[in-house]
Amino acid sequence: MKALHATWTLFAKECRLEFRTRELLTATVVFSLIIIVFFSFAFDPTPAESRRYGPGLLWIAFFFAGSLMVNPSFAREQINDTLDALRMAPVPSFAVLSAKILANLLFLSIAEAILVPVFSVFYNVSLAGIVGRLILVLVLGTVGLVITGTVFSAISAHARMRELLLPVLLLPFLTPVLIAAVSTTISLFGDARELDRTWVTFLAGFDIVFLAASWILSDFLAEG
Amino acid sequence: MASAAAPPHTGQQGLGIRFDRVERRFGPLVALRSVSLEIIPGEFVALLGHNGAGKTTLLRIAAQLMRPSRGSVIFVGPRPGAPVADLPGKPGDEIPAASVKALVGLVGHSLLLYDELSAAENLTLFAKLYALDSVSARVAAALESCGLATRATSQVRTFSRGMRQRLAIARALLHSPRLLLLDEPAAGLDTQGLAWFSATLERLRGDGCTVIMSTHARNESLDLATRAVVLAAGRVQDDSGPGADPRPLLESLRAEA
Amino acid sequence: MKARIPITLLVAGLVFFGGFAGLFIAPDEATMHQIQRIFYFHVPLWTAMTLALSISCFSCIAWLVSRRPTFDLLAVAGAEVGVLCCTGGLITGMLWGKPVWGIWWTWDARLTSTFVLWLLYISYLLLRELVEDPHLRATLSAVFGIFAYLDLPIVLLSTTLWRTQHPQPVLFGGPKSINHTMMMVFLLCMVAILGVMTLILIDRYRLERLRFEAEELRVEIESREMDAQQLPARLRVPGKELPAKGTA
Repeated sequence: MKALHATWTLFAKECRLEFRTRELLTATVVFSLIIIVFFSFAFDPTPAESRRYGPGLLWIAFFFAGSLMVNPSFAREQINDTLDALRMAPVPSFAVLSAKILANLLFLSIAEAILVPVFSVFYNVSLAGIVGRLILVLVLGTVGLVITGTVFSAISAHARMRELLLPVLLLPFLTPVLIAAVSTTISLFGDARELDRTWVTFLAGFDIVFLAASWILSDFLAEG
Repeated sequence: MASAAAPPHTGQQGLGIRFDRVERRFGPLVALRSVSLEIIPGEFVALLGHNGAGKTTLLRIAAQLMRPSRGSVIFVGPRPGAPVADLPGKPGDEIPAASVKALVGLVGHSLLLYDELSAAENLTLFAKLYALDSVSARVAAALESCGLATRATSQVRTFSRGMRQRLAIARALLHSPRLLLLDEPAAGLDTQGLAWFSATLERLRGDGCTVIMSTHARNESLDLATRAVVLAAGRVQDDSGPGADPRPLLESLRAEA
Repeated sequence: MKARIPITLLVAGLVFFGGFAGLFIAPDEATMHQIQRIFYFHVPLWTAMTLALSISCFSCIAWLVSRRPTFDLLAVAGAEVGVLCCTGGLITGMLWGKPVWGIWWTWDARLTSTFVLWLLYISYLLLRELVEDPHLRATLSAVFGIFAYLDLPIVLLSTTLWRTQHPQPVLFGGPKSINHTMMMVFLLCMVAILGVMTLILIDRYRLERLRFEAEELRVEIESREMDAQQLPARLRVPGKELPAKGTA
C-alpha cells in the first residue's frame, strides 16, 4: 500500500537522521538519568520506599524527558523548510505524522531500555519475573505519550516559546496515562507482582482513542 | 534559443492554473488582494514585481502549501479547459487530488533539503515519496545532470551555496513536474549552475511544461518567457497576456530597474 | 439587543434569590449542616463548565469543517467561560473540603480532575496567545481543543478509578434521596448559574466578534488607500501609461 510505503520511507529517514547525530537520544538518556539520580539525593529512599515510589519516579523521568524529546519532531523540519517539501509530496499527512510517532516511539523505547535496568540497579528493585509484563506497561504508556507528544509538537511548532509550550500542553493532558502507568507499575513491583488488568485496558483504550483522533485530524495539522 | 515572440507551445503536457479572485492575508498583513489570473498549459510566465508584491505567496498557493483566504485556485489538465482538481478558498470541503501534487514542482526561498542527509539520500527520499520507478537510476541521472555526481555521498551541509541551489532545483525536477514554480531560482547559482539551469529551462519549455518564474533581477532566463505578469501591492498590475509578446513589457521593466 | 436589559435583570434576580434560598431557605442537611449549602453552587458551576466547554469543542469542530470565523470566536469564548466556571468549581470545592475534611486540598477524584481540566484549558488559552497568525491559531487551537475535550471523560474516569473521597453524589446516582425543598432550591440555583454563564458567554463572544470586525474594516480601509495611492513610478513605462490591470 502506498501510504504504508511512504510511512516506512519517512520512518527510515527519521532514524537515519537521528542515528547519524544521536543528539536527541543522548540528551534524553542523560536527562532521565539525572532525574533518577536526583531523586535519590532528595529522598534517600529505603528499599521498601524505592519499590513504593520508584514507579512514580521512573514514569516522571520518562514523561519529562519524553516531552522534551518529542519537541524537535516538527521543530527540526523548520530548518530549510523541509516540512513544506513533505507537504507538497503526494503522501497522506497521516503518513508523515505516523512516521514521526514511530520514530519517537523507537527513540524513547531505547532510552527506557537503558534506564530501567539502571534504575533497578541503583534502587535495588528486582525485575525478575516481571520483565515481560513491565515491557507491556512501558510500551502502552510510552505509545500514549508519543502519539500525543508528536501531535502537540506539530501544533506548537508554529507557536512562540515552543520548548516551554509543549510540556505545558502535554503533561496535564497525560495525567490519566501517568496515573494508569504508575498504578500498574506499583502493583507489578509490589509483593503480589501482578498486572492490573483494568489499568492496562485503560491505557490501551487511551492509545486507541488518540491514535484515531490523530488520524482524523492529521490533515488540519498539516496546514501552514 | 527559442524566441520569446513564438506562440506558446500547444501545451499538450503542461498543467494550467487559474487563480480566481485569490486573496491571502496573514493576520493584519494582506499579501494578495484579489488576484485573478489564468495561466494556459505550456506558458512560461515571468512573475515580476518588487519585494512584498506577493509573488512568493502566489507561488506557495499554487504549490498548495497554503490556501487562499478567499477565492479559489483551479488546476487545468493538459487538454485546456479540462479541470483536474479544485482547490477552493473555503478549505475543508475538497481535498486536493494527490495526482496534482505529484505534477507540481517548487524551487522556493528555502532549500527544502535535509542538511544531515547526503545529496543522493535526499533525492532518493523524494523519489520514493513521489513513487517514482527505477529510483537509483533516476537519482544518478539527476546528480549527473546538475554536476553533483562526485559529491553524491556528501552531506548537504558541506555544500556551497551554489551546489545547494543546484540540488534544490534537481529535487524539484526529479518527478518530471508538469507545472514548475520557481521563486528566484537563480539566486546563489554559480556560472556553471546558471548555464545548466538555462539549458534545463529551455528543454522544459520545449517539452511544454508550464513554468511560473518569479524574479526581480535582470535574469537571462527571462528571454524564454512567453508572458510577463507584474504584481504590485498584492494585485496584478500588468499582464502581457497569453499569446502576446512579452518583450515590450519586459524591456520597460528592465529600463526602469 | 433590546431584550438584553430585562433578561439581565431577570438573571440577576434569579442569582440573588437563588443565593438567598441556598443560604437561608433550604433546610439544614443532616450530616454536613451549613457547609452542604455549597452544593447548590458547586454542582451548577460544574454543569455550567461542562456546557461551556462542550460549546467550545463543538465550535472547534465546526470551525475545522466550515472555516467560518464565528466558530473560532465562539470556541475561545466557550473555553474562557469554562475556565471561569472551573475556577469557581475549584474554589467552592475547596471551601467545601476545608470544614468537612479539615484540609484545604486533597487529591480526590473530583478535585483532581477539576484541577487537571483547569490546567488543560489554561494551556489551550496559552496556545492561542502564542500563535500569531489568526488563521493558523484558529486551526491549531481547534485541534488541541478537540483533543482536550476528548480527554475530559478520560481524566474523570482515571481519577475516579484512582481515588475517591468526595461525598456520595446526591442527585446523580447517589443512594440518598433528596428533600423536596432542597431540590427546588437546587434547580433554582442551577438555572441562575447557567443564566449567568450564558450571558457572560454571549458577551465574550460579542467582544471577540467586534475585535474581528474592526480588524476586517481596518484591512479594507488600508487596501482601498493603497489602491488610491500613486503606484511606484518605476513600474510605469516612461512616456506611455500602461493601464493598471488590477482586478476588482
